[in-house]
Order: sequence, then structure tokens, then C-alpha cells
Amino acid sequence: MTAGEPDEPIIRVRGLVNRFASETVHDGLDLDVYRGEVLGVVGGSGTGKSVLLRTIVGLNRPVSGTIEVFGENVFSMSERERRDLDRRWGVLFQDGALFSSLTVAQNIEVPLKEYFEMPRRLMDEIAAFKLGLVGLPEDAGAKYPSQLSGGMRKRAGLARALALDPEIVFLDEPTAGLDPIAAGDFDRLIRDLKSSLGLTVFMVTHDLDSLFAICDRVAVLVGKKVRVGTLEDQLKDNDPWIRSYFHGPRGRAAAQSDEATRVAAPA
Amino acid sequence: MAAVTATFALAEEEGGSIVLRAAGEWLVATAGALDERLRRLEVPRGRSVTLDLAAVERLDTAGAWLVLRTEHDLAARGNAVEIKNLHAEFAPLLAQLRAGGMLAPARHPRPAHHTLIGFIARIGEITLGLFARGYSILSFFGLVSITIGTLVLHPRRLRLTPVVAQMEQTGVNALPIVGLLSFLIGIVLAYQGADQLRRFGAEIYTVDLLGVGVLRELGVLMTAIIIAGRSGSAFTAQIGTMRVNEEVDALRTLGLDPVEVLVTPRLIALLVTLPMLTLFSDFMGLLGGALMAWNSLDITIPQFLAELRYALSNWTFWIGLIKAPFFAVIIALIGCYEGFQVSRSAESVGRLTTLSVVEAIFLVIVVDAGFSILFSLLQI
Repeated sequence: MTAGEPDEPIIRVRGLVNRFASETVHDGLDLDVYRGEVLGVVGGSGTGKSVLLRTIVGLNRPVSGTIEVFGENVFSMSERERRDLDRRWGVLFQDGALFSSLTVAQNIEVPLKEYFEMPRRLMDEIAAFKLGLVGLPEDAGAKYPSQLSGGMRKRAGLARALALDPEIVFLDEPTAGLDPIAAGDFDRLIRDLKSSLGLTVFMVTHDLDSLFAICDRVAVLVGKKVRVGTLEDQLKDNDPWIRSYFHGPRGRAAAQSDEATRVAAPA
Repeated sequence: MAAVTATFALAEEEGGSIVLRAAGEWLVATAGALDERLRRLEVPRGRSVTLDLAAVERLDTAGAWLVLRTEHDLAARGNAVEIKNLHAEFAPLLAQLRAGGMLAPARHPRPAHHTLIGFIARIGEITLGLFARGYSILSFFGLVSITIGTLVLHPRRLRLTPVVAQMEQTGVNALPIVGLLSFLIGIVLAYQGADQLRRFGAEIYTVDLLGVGVLRELGVLMTAIIIAGRSGSAFTAQIGTMRVNEEVDALRTLGLDPVEVLVTPRLIALLVTLPMLTLFSDFMGLLGGALMAWNSLDITIPQFLAELRYALSNWTFWIGLIKAPFFAVIIALIGCYEGFQVSRSAESVGRLTTLSVVEAIFLVIVVDAGFSILFSLLQI
């Protein structure tokens, strides 16, 4: 991985406006995501967390505003540039969004087949070890998505998102619907992958534990804009929603357990 | 993307060790080219091998996999392997991959019916499946009959609002399409009939053909097929979607009988609307035929009606209409049954909706043929 300047934003969102019918979701939103960080995006229901994610990856065209990824405006790109860009990021949708007619291994091979000339056997091998990478058992590859549990589908979805070794991964509520143990495993997995693959992670989440465990910075969607900062910054913020989010009983519990683990494992 | 290259070369070192020098960009883009050559690597057994990665500029998971696989393959053949000069930035990647373990590639499932025995087994499977299905549909019919029976005993439990709503959807809203298609069929039939019968100077019998054809068979059959495609599929999709959302299970936990709530209103509505639509279809078909006869055969409307009265027996109209409620039961039953067969995946909604239409139309035509045999035995 060629590391760029440490402080160069890899994603730059400026003046983003999203409106559905008469409902304004984002109004002049600015956001920077830096290389190598894990950015957690939180906000109440209907504040447009998923819309923001979908807009950045180009699934939703905003009313106005610019989005630059790797320094290039995604809306003024040619088809070709767009395809090249698609190769450099991976998206994990909420329920994995695996193709239901293909096995898990074939799902992972879809992007490999699409973009590269590669012997069948190597493709199978790569699929198998991506499965190992995300912690799925060996026999998962031959199964169809409907035969997997929700947590396994998410892992498989992550394996597909990582198939092309992207520089950025977008995660839409990766731990929603997982039991606390599986959610904790998933957090660890993201953190390990981030450090070993040098990933930049854009993660929409509701999971306070995830925020405390793995996020370098947190973006909170309030008032149709976004407030970004480290967790410490957010804990000091006086906005009523942010206060009640981080200082409610669940927020406190997550903060405490995080401190406990940091004390237990000084790393 | 700029062209990326990855290479490796084997060399003998002093001390009897063999060095594999890797260089360039070992990425997913170059993995395909490296793969074949790495697999065919010729290294004498028992010698120690050093994988020298000093010149590797970039490494991603696919490249790292090739390194690890080569290491693994060589080790399996009894070579002592050592990885040397790994750039510090790649170390965590390799460590992470080692932790994931070496998994055997998944074998792709091969459809079993590609072999002869598999093919024969498949025929057997399908046949048995067909019987199981028939049995299951009959059971469902029984279940619905019992529910209808209790409704007859306790008429107050009938939910009138959904019945009326279903009547609107399956009946009123279907009027334009049923009317238009029947009208066109009438025109086509009159035109074709006139064309053939004119050769014998028997144009007037076009009216008989039209009357008997439309009233006995085509009116009701066309209506049933349109409604199977339009409402039968809607039944499956509606109930199927409710199954996916666990709404059907929710009904059960609330103490409501899904058959009573979902099936009976649809069945009753269709029992009322299908005969009415058939009546409408008969009328539109005859209208189309009459206009065509007027236009191309100069048979005026009064002439047409007089000939029609002469051509039809007392039974002709009723023979068509009597079939409508049977078709209604088939369509509603199959539509609802397939809806309940939906599993929790959205994909099965689509599959079963298609299946429900095909099955309903198939059964409608089979039953129609059965009626023809019955009527010919009864000589009406």
C-alpha cells in the first residue's frame, strides 16, 4: 500500500444537500475522511446516515454539493474512471447483500472475474482465504447465502467487499442484529484488518460499543449537518442530542467497559 | 491503471541454499500471471529455500497469498523455507493472513442432474414432488373448506370489508383489460370464421361459431386466464410478502387464523367477481364479433341477434357460466396456497408467484377439458 500524506483527506464532502420530496435530509454538509482512520457515523433515526453512505459511493445523486474521493470529483467522472474508482472501495450492505443465486465463494469471485484474468483455481483459492480472513469456516464457501446465519452473511459480505483489496471500506451497520459476542468479534476483525491492510473505514453504526472500541473519530449527524471529532470531543459537546446519546445509560456503560478493557490490555 | 509488473527468479546461493527473489508489485492484478509459474516451480527436494522479498514494492492480500502458498507448498515437499527481507509495512498483513489459516478452496456445487443417474433420480424426485404437492394442495383445500364451513355456521365472523376490497381489486379493476381482450378475441374469431365460412357460402354461420365459441368456452376461459395472471399472482405476492415480513406469524400469535383472515375474503370475492367478469367478457366478445360481422359480412345487428337466438340452445350460456365458480376456486386456492409456501427469503416470492400463475392456468385448462368430456357424456 502506498501511504499518502498522513493528513490528506481521502474523501472530501462539501456542501452536500440531499432532499427527498419536501424532506431535507442533509443541508450543506461538510465531511472529511482521512487515510487510515476508522470513522464512525452516528445519528438518530432518519438523520440520513445511510443516505450519506449511499451518496458517497454514488448510489444516490444529491441535490447539490461535491464529493471528492482520492481527490477526484465522483460526479464529473467518465465511466472508465468510475469503474477504476469502484475497484478501490468495497461496500458492506446491512444484510450482506450477497447474490442469492451464487454460493458464498462465487460471490467473492464476482469482482475478481469481472476485473481480472485469473485462473479458476487461483480464484477459488483467493475466495477461500478471504473467507479465512474474515473468520468463516472452510465449508461456508460452498453454501448459499440463505443457508448462513445473519452474522455469517455479514462476514461473507465483508469478504466480498475486500475481494479486490480496496483502500476504503464502507460498512452500513455492521454489528446490527448480531449478538454481543459476535458484534465484539466483528469489531476486532475490523480493527485487525484496518491495521494489517491499511484500510480506511467509513462505518455507519448504532453500536456504542463499536464506537468506543474501534473508531478513531466520530461523525454525528445533527441538524442536517455533521459534527466530527474524536470521542473525547464528542463527550464534551453540549448539543442536547449528542449529550443524551453519549451520556445516556448505554453510552456510559460502553465508555466504562472500554476503559476497563484498556486497563486490562495495555497495548 | 498504469501497467504493473511482478516477477520472481530462482538462484543458487553459496552454501547450497536456493533463493527465490520476488520483485515488483505483487497485487491482485498481477496474481493471475504469477500463479501458473509459481505452481510449476521446480525446486529439488530437501534443499532449503529462501523467499527474498526485498524487491517487492507493493503487496496486497492476493500477492501475500501467493507468497504464503508457495511457502506452504515448498514446506509440504520437505523443503525448509524461510521468508527474508520482508518490508516492515507488510509484516502485519502476512501475520493476519497466517492467522486466518490455510483453507481448502470451496468446491463448486455441480448440478447433480448432469450425470445419467442424477438425471433419472431427478425425474423421480420431480414425480414424487408432484404427488406431494397435489396432496398438500388438497389438504389446503380441506382446511379452507372447514374454515368456510365455520363461516357458514357463524356468518358474523365473515370480514366484509376485505371481501369488498378484494372484489374491487379482482373485479372492478379488471374490467378494462377483460373487456378489451374479449372484444378483440370476438373480432379475431369473427374475422377468421367469416374468412373460412365464406368459401362455402355459409357466412351466416359465423354468428353460430361466435355465439357457441364465446359463450361456451372462450369467454370464461379468457377471463379465468386473465384473472389467474392478474389476481392469482397478486394473491401469491401479497401473502408471500406477508410471510417474508413474518406478518402471517404475527396474525397467528394474535389469535387470528391466517386462512380465515387472508384466504376466505379472496376466495369469496373471486367467487362473486369471476362469474360477473365472465358475463361481461361474453358480452364484449359478442359485441366485437357483431361489429366485425357487420363490417365485413354486412350482417346487421338485428340479423345477428336473430341468428344468435336460433343458434344457441338454452344451455349454451349457462354451460360457460357454470364453470366460472370452479375456476374461481382454483385460482384463489392456488394463489393463496403458493403464497403460504413462501419461505423467509424475498427470492421465493418471485419464484412462487410465477409458479402460481402457471399452475392456475394449467389447472383451469385441465378442468375445462374435464367439463367438455362431462358435457359430451351428458349430451348437452
